[in-house]
Amino acid sequence: MHELSIAMSIVEMASEEARQHDGGIEAVHLRLGAWCGVAREALQFSWQAACAGTLLDGTRLVIEEVPLTVYCERCRQQQTLAAPRLLCPDCGAPAPTVVGGREMEVFALELAP
Amino acid sequence: MNPHPRILEVRQNILRQNDLVARALRQRFHRAGLRVASLVSSPGAGKTALLEHTLRRLRPRLRVAALVGDLATENDARRLARSGAPVRQIVTGTVCHLEAAMVEQALDHPDGAWDLHQLDLLLIENVGNLVCPSAYDLGEDLRVVLMSVTEGEDKPLKYPTIFNSADAALITKTDLADAVEFDWRCAQRNIEAVRPGMPILQVSSRTGTGLREWTDFLHNRLIAVKQSAEEGLIL
Repeated sequence: MHELSIAMSIVEMASEEARQHDGGIEAVHLRLGAWCGVAREALQFSWQAACAGTLLDGTRLVIEEVPLTVYCERCRQQQTLAAPRLLCPDCGAPAPTVVGGREMEVFALELAP
Repeated sequence: MNPHPRILEVRQNILRQNDLVARALRQRFHRAGLRVASLVSSPGAGKTALLEHTLRRLRPRLRVAALVGDLATENDARRLARSGAPVRQIVTGTVCHLEAAMVEQALDHPDGAWDLHQLDLLLIENVGNLVCPSAYDLGEDLRVVLMSVTEGEDKPLKYPTIFNSADAALITKTDLADAVEFDWRCAQRNIEAVRPGMPILQVSSRTGTGLREWTDFLHNRLIAVKQSAEEGLIL
């Protein structure tokens, strides 16, 4: 995956918010789903390079990983999955309804005091 | 570290820009009565060969066109153009996937914007890649993931994100299945595991087996639905 280009999109998005709030940014908080298609480590690795020379130079990247979550119709509850197979870990029924794990979101900015 | 950080909630999708363009494209397609399907797969799974046959078969009854994405060369577009359908190449350079903006630029190309009202079906062949295209909405109505029998039955488990993002799976190069001892049941189970209920088709572009079922599927899923909707409106 092209994590550097994704990192640059995040920098652009965060910079725009930063300009509107007239202050320094300390950190960018992301939520990355297990099935979003972006590798956390590669994104962290690219972060410094993406920030260099921008408003976000020196900021931290904080990543919250969101596990793959499905809704089981039979058990009528959400289940977190580890494996790629969409099966309810309790009753074993196929669980096609993915309710979490596809997120690729700039969740929040941590502003300088 | 500051024990009391000031937090500004943003809650924005990182690929928001692409989503906006894709949404606008989708609206444009619908207003023009144009249905769109995209194909994704590993490099070499047979997207272009399939498209070549698909365009030839559909042309007599539908106004069909194609866009094909590659990092380099116009080879695929030239090959598909032999069908007689309008075809455009999107050369991405270094970009490993198609994005909505690239589709938009190709449709509105300075060489001559396509009149979408004059088309029934647009087929988009993505860059050969099972990882990156998954997150990028192109404004399509249907996404089909291809895997060839030579790629192994566990492909869906290795690339669950893109299989789960698709609406139909197509197993290609079926004429080679015996030679590679392809385990059909295993492949179907694995596809079912990452995308329960997804229709699975089989095709050999070389022998023609399954091509009619494939074009019928496209027709039923995309065109027939549109026609009934139009008739419903008239009634």
